[in-house]
Amino acid sequence: MQTPSSVVIRLRVNGDLRECAVTPSTTLLEALRYGLGLTGSKQGCDKGDCGACTVVVDGEPVLACISLALAYHDGAEVTTIEGVAEQGGPHPLQDAFDLTGAAQCGFCTPGILMSAWALLEKAPDPSREEVARALSGNLCRCTGYTKIFEAVEMAAARLRERGARRSP
Amino acid sequence: MDIPTGRAMPSDERLAPPAWEEGRTGPPHGEFSVIGKRNRKVEGLAKSTGQAIYADDLRLPRMLHAKLLRSIHAHARIRSIDASAALALAGVHAVITGKDLPEYYGIIPWTQDEQALCEEKARYTGDAIAAVAADSELIAEEALRLIRVDYEVLPAVMTIEEALAHPEIKVNERTKDGNISKHVHLDFGDVQAGLAGSDVVVEGDYWYEGSTHTPIEPHCCVADFDPTGFLTVWSSTQVAHYLHRDLARVLGLPTQRIRVVQPVVGGAFGGKSEPFSLEFCTAKLSMVTGRPVKILYTREEVFYAHRGRHPMRMRYRTGITREGKLTAVDATIKIDGGAYSSFGLVTTYYSGQLLTAPYAMPAYRFDSTRVFTNKPCCGPKRGHGSVQPRFAFECQLDKLAEAVGLDPFELRRRNLMGADARTVNGMRVTSNGFPQCLDAVERASGWKDKFRRLPYGRGVGVAGSMYISGTNYCIYPNEMPQSGVQLKLDRSGRATVFCGASDIGQGSDSMLAYIVCEELGLELRDVRVVAADTDLTPVDLGSYSSRETFMVGNACLDAARKLRHEVGETLARTWGCRRDEVVLANGVACSARDPGRECMSVKEAFQHTEARIGTLGSVGWYQSPKLGGDYRGGTIGASPAYSFTAHVVEVECDPETGFVEVKTVWIAHDCGRALSPVAVEGQMEGSAYMGLAEALLEEHVFKAAAPHHGPGLHDGPSLLDYRIPTSLDVPEFVSLIIESIDPEGPYGAKEAGEGPLHPSIPALANAIYDALGVRCDALPFSPPRVLRLLREPGARARWERARAQVGVSASC
Repeated sequence: MQTPSSVVIRLRVNGDLRECAVTPSTTLLEALRYGLGLTGSKQGCDKGDCGACTVVVDGEPVLACISLALAYHDGAEVTTIEGVAEQGGPHPLQDAFDLTGAAQCGFCTPGILMSAWALLEKAPDPSREEVARALSGNLCRCTGYTKIFEAVEMAAARLRERGARRSP
Repeated sequence: MDIPTGRAMPSDERLAPPAWEEGRTGPPHGEFSVIGKRNRKVEGLAKSTGQAIYADDLRLPRMLHAKLLRSIHAHARIRSIDASAALALAGVHAVITGKDLPEYYGIIPWTQDEQALCEEKARYTGDAIAAVAADSELIAEEALRLIRVDYEVLPAVMTIEEALAHPEIKVNERTKDGNISKHVHLDFGDVQAGLAGSDVVVEGDYWYEGSTHTPIEPHCCVADFDPTGFLTVWSSTQVAHYLHRDLARVLGLPTQRIRVVQPVVGGAFGGKSEPFSLEFCTAKLSMVTGRPVKILYTREEVFYAHRGRHPMRMRYRTGITREGKLTAVDATIKIDGGAYSSFGLVTTYYSGQLLTAPYAMPAYRFDSTRVFTNKPCCGPKRGHGSVQPRFAFECQLDKLAEAVGLDPFELRRRNLMGADARTVNGMRVTSNGFPQCLDAVERASGWKDKFRRLPYGRGVGVAGSMYISGTNYCIYPNEMPQSGVQLKLDRSGRATVFCGASDIGQGSDSMLAYIVCEELGLELRDVRVVAADTDLTPVDLGSYSSRETFMVGNACLDAARKLRHEVGETLARTWGCRRDEVVLANGVACSARDPGRECMSVKEAFQHTEARIGTLGSVGWYQSPKLGGDYRGGTIGASPAYSFTAHVVEVECDPETGFVEVKTVWIAHDCGRALSPVAVEGQMEGSAYMGLAEALLEEHVFKAAAPHHGPGLHDGPSLLDYRIPTSLDVPEFVSLIIESIDPEGPYGAKEAGEGPLHPSIPALANAIYDALGVRCDALPFSPPRVLRLLREPGARARWERARAQVGVSASC
């Protein structure tokens, strides 16, 4: 088999500019996980069905396992689960997932959390239905989703509180 | 099978759990400070920040990637395999076939019938035949295409009926009798007389479709055979100890030169509770190449690896008196096992043995037959072997209640067995909170205002169940403990718990930490849990049969309490008080007598204790008492404690389309004491979710032969085609924890991981009957099936008749 030769691309990930060798068929997920060691994003199906690989690009959740890495060369900022924590502490969403028991096995958690993060950036006070809709591309097999809904709502409330404290 | 070690008889002192003066079920002093509180999990933040390391997150220097070649035929003799072209491909390092791993293995020592790679015959489409290690997955995949397998295609049996009708088409040569994997017939009491003396006998045929676990993490394994001849295997397993033993057998290595490590596991549900081809193949390929090797199953391969819920065809005859007392139960069950045994021996017993509570049955008989078919092997999925019969039986109860004009709750109440009872098949029941479970769901759901009173299309249904808190015996017979814990305290103020227990998301690591915190007055962040690493941790048998909280928890309680007493003794001497006056809680040690003055940090208390008695460490272990019925198979189903569950499901059905929407599920579960209410609720919600998914959506089924392929292709081996519920498909779950406080559980705890799944399916079926007047006796309750039932004559009339009966039931 002719192995396609690699090229080096530049990815903007979590505020860093990182170089990574990829082939034309390397997915964004493979580049993140195996090229850059950002293993927080997970591979559950490798065909865009489960959402475990979800990252956020330009404020929108993107399935990294069916996105080609080459397309992100010198491109838009990619945020992964590793880029969500704040100044050495967990983001309120990450804290809320822990407090409510929203992460059982935790394998879907990074993807779900990224979808929720993108939602809360746009909709600070989402209804339960909006939360469910925003997470409908992410499969969880452990929780029945109840505690995930609670986590997102708890984080939203905390973020709103924080916003209220900051604005005069 | 190899000769088990550790057959020396243990002393009585070793077997008896320590008799602590504080008892085992209450707080160590005064009140609980950690147990029963809404705590974080020890690894919760690691998971929510993406820091938790799963098997596929591991990358070792020089690591190769391997892929498995899988049979394209459901049943075929392998005449020859030519891997020369694959080996010649640049980047390919090794190819192995069945000849390289000829040893048979299997989780049950008496039914070892699998090879890591089939040597002579493939028994299902997807059976592994060869493995290739290469520089990358892409090259390994390319190499698979170059392997030439000369198959002799054999006729295949694809259903229970075909397997029984064609014993000459032998799926699995390791059974003597045609395609019978296991047959169990057990009789308790006089069933004939019981049925004959009944006022009403209801007969019913039920079909339970197969389903699969579908953890979001695909199976993954990394093996590294290093130059010293030591093998390390990191695998997404839930049974590190059993894997350790089978690796040694199959690879011909001594167990003491193998280390099995379980990284964080991304869901299992029983689907990772035995060894798989990938573990043997990565290890063998690492031995052959001298380099680390990884296999990550594709999602499609996970569907073929399976070991999920057995399809069962069940026939029940259930008798009852006019007063609503059960007289006799007669069950005939046929089980589709797929191509191999897996846990099938146990499954076959469980299909009958686990039905005998929470209702008292004067007479019971079951006849269960598991057969081999040319399909992926079934195994233990959450609620192993007992979910299917429970579905059938709880639907029978609904029919019986209607037949004698009783409310389904009332019928169940008239047959309660209560606490401290013995079942008809000889199982000891201790704590039993089932009556409280019934009360809780009846009240919370508003049952009395809804049952037979909601408009056409809407309905409620109830069902109950029980489940084991661990099996009473190890899978391989031995006299050693089922769970061991080592605990280390050090002068930094930290505790480290070492235990072979397998956290698969249910929270066993956190459970260990909570117990240590409670006993030693530590805060959660001051406890580290080292688990499921055969080099570092004492043996625990693993995460199956809902055994971890009960068995590991007990082992941990004893280890922690030993050190608690040492610390208490030290401080009692320091302060001149009694040991039972020393309180350790929330990072502080003090005397109850004068907490203001006689007070220090637990860290200082540990240092004083270390100065007094030396380095601080302790061990604890658990071994269940001898239990079970006095007959062949009487220990299967025996458990030191049973959990109980009741569900009410409310549905809204569309009579035009047959679509069933579950609105709310009220789940009451008796888990003994809830060590962590958050975790218990999580198990209740997750269980109910999984049960409803099986009932409504999931079908693990296989295609028939077609012009371009033989039989046995999975109908939809992807997460799009195999439909598991999304966030838009789930109902409201209301979790009601019932705490019966078990006399032998750690602080009174029992299981919560599997029991709460059982009633969701029959409660839903009974709710559909309340809504539409049709009996869903076969899974899944999909729109086509419900529509078909609705179109049968008399459906609407049945619904009317059932409602007319409401006056009768309300008066009971």
